[in-house]
Amino acid sequence: MSPLRFTLLLLTATLLPLLGGCSKPDGASTESVTLLNVSYDPTRELYEEFNAAFVKHWEATKGTKLTLKQSHGGSGKQARAVIDGLEADIVTLALAYDVDMLHDKAGLIPKDWQARLPNNSSPYTSTIVFVVRKGNPKGIRDWEDLIKPGISVITPNPKTSGGARWNYLAAWGYALHKAGGDESKAREFVTSLFRNVPVLDSGARGSTTTFAERGLGDVLIAWENEAFLLTEEVGKDRFEIIVPSESILAEPPVTVVDKNVDKRGSRAVAEAYLQYLYSEAGQEIAAKHHYRPRSPAVAAKYASRFPSVRLFTIDEVFGGWRLAQRTHFDDSGVFDLIYTPSAK
Amino acid sequence: MARRAQRRILPGYGLSLGMTWLYLGLLVLIPLCGLFLKTFTLTWEQFWATVAAPRALAAYRLTFGASFVAASVNAVFGLLVAWVLVRYRFPGKGLVDALVDLPFALPTAVAGLTLTSLYSSNGWYGRYLEAAGIKVAFSSLGVAVALTFIGLPFVVRTVQPVLEDIDADVEEAAATLGATPWQTFTRVIFPSILPALLSGFALALARAIGEYGSVVFISGNMPMRTEIAPLLIITRLEQYDYAGATAIAIVMLVASFVMLLAINLLQRWSYRRLETRPG
Repeated sequence: MSPLRFTLLLLTATLLPLLGGCSKPDGASTESVTLLNVSYDPTRELYEEFNAAFVKHWEATKGTKLTLKQSHGGSGKQARAVIDGLEADIVTLALAYDVDMLHDKAGLIPKDWQARLPNNSSPYTSTIVFVVRKGNPKGIRDWEDLIKPGISVITPNPKTSGGARWNYLAAWGYALHKAGGDESKAREFVTSLFRNVPVLDSGARGSTTTFAERGLGDVLIAWENEAFLLTEEVGKDRFEIIVPSESILAEPPVTVVDKNVDKRGSRAVAEAYLQYLYSEAGQEIAAKHHYRPRSPAVAAKYASRFPSVRLFTIDEVFGGWRLAQRTHFDDSGVFDLIYTPSAK
Repeated sequence: MARRAQRRILPGYGLSLGMTWLYLGLLVLIPLCGLFLKTFTLTWEQFWATVAAPRALAAYRLTFGASFVAASVNAVFGLLVAWVLVRYRFPGKGLVDALVDLPFALPTAVAGLTLTSLYSSNGWYGRYLEAAGIKVAFSSLGVAVALTFIGLPFVVRTVQPVLEDIDADVEEAAATLGATPWQTFTRVIFPSILPALLSGFALALARAIGEYGSVVFISGNMPMRTEIAPLLIITRLEQYDYAGATAIAIVMLVASFVMLLAINLLQRWSYRRLETRPG
């Protein structure tokens, strides 16, 4: 999102309730409600369609007018904006760690927020796959192929990109299983993988550009939905998706921001919004935008699109996001050590 | 008390000074105090571990080094551009004049993306440079290129008006006294524009040090090699380490302030020399 658009959204988000508060000091205005969904970058098209569907659904069942606003940006950046006062009613981010921080840093939501909705509060999932150039000239089939000498791998910087953290953890989890749980083997694997990375873009879309537009690299590690976008919508006949033998279950979480919805009196509609993501209609829209639906019925319908992979979760392998973040990505974590061997 | 301006054009010294303080206070002083306050939540050891980590040191070296190179390149070529714009009439002059300001107006991310696609290994310039063994995109050279781009207007726009003000008779006098064109330039013209050139250099340098948007695309962000200091700040923010982010910001702020102060002193010295030169 452009800084201008972001500022405008921020302004409207902070000014609108103020104006509303002035004109109706007694509150409880149910005629027109505004909801702000603060999300991360690649969900823009998904939420454009979902919001239109939900507005129609809400106005048909409740008869009240509803305006939905969406804001997109890097997951961490969006979380910080909410912490710093962006009045989001709902956040739909790339990783639970960013949502955790709404509790840790600003007390906006309860600690157990992730247990409030089914499936770890993530209505749709994705996984990490590879994108290679048409015909797969380097013969890349699985994670092992990424550490071969001479293979150039494109992935964003895990220090600045939430998506890149999923990529990194997917590689680590695979290597850990392969080595029968030997941590040092996993570390060796990830180290040699990152030795094959020539550029660390600051975000996932940047990496996609590097791979697709600049022609750099033999393989792009990407979210499955981004990979579909690239192969089906951007570069028809230029790229292929390779699904590795094993990968991580990426669970982008959603939650209402309690402090904000209670202040604005929008809790009921915000909760209905999230529930609707789990409905058949919501699941269909998610699947259409290349996210794996949770609903078995919708999943069955789209089964041909999403090849089955052995998936592990972040909780099983890493003990949750907080621990994964601390061990791997925080300062002097494993990722830093990979790049600063001299510093010990 | 402060000395009053000799001629009052704006009404009310008190009012205008008050407004100045308020404006600077709100825009500069309070945000900067906030920055320092946030850093004070760190212990001295934590602060030192953050700002003196090998990765941070490598990033400062790159940021300050590339900024210095970029500002120097702009000092030389910006002067040339200003010279051409002031001294010659040519078709398309208005266009060139407008082009100079473009790096000001362009969103930095757009600049970064454009430069990267030009200089990467299959880009317009990049493919030939790479063939010649020069790697620009995703190297420290690329960082310098991006910083040169965004710094260009500063030197041109500070030197241009000063050049315009130089009287033709000064040059004519030098010529009648037997000076060669080179002597006229180095001993008459250059000293008069040096203070302006220095302030243009300082502005370009300051802008480059804080630049983020255009550089992240072309630098490739490889830790210890092409990672700029502003990226480290973003990295800290991604860990929700606000205090660590401000710690690095403060190091950069203090370093920039010292550098700008030094350039300012140099500039004053050259002004004074200019004024006291025997006429």
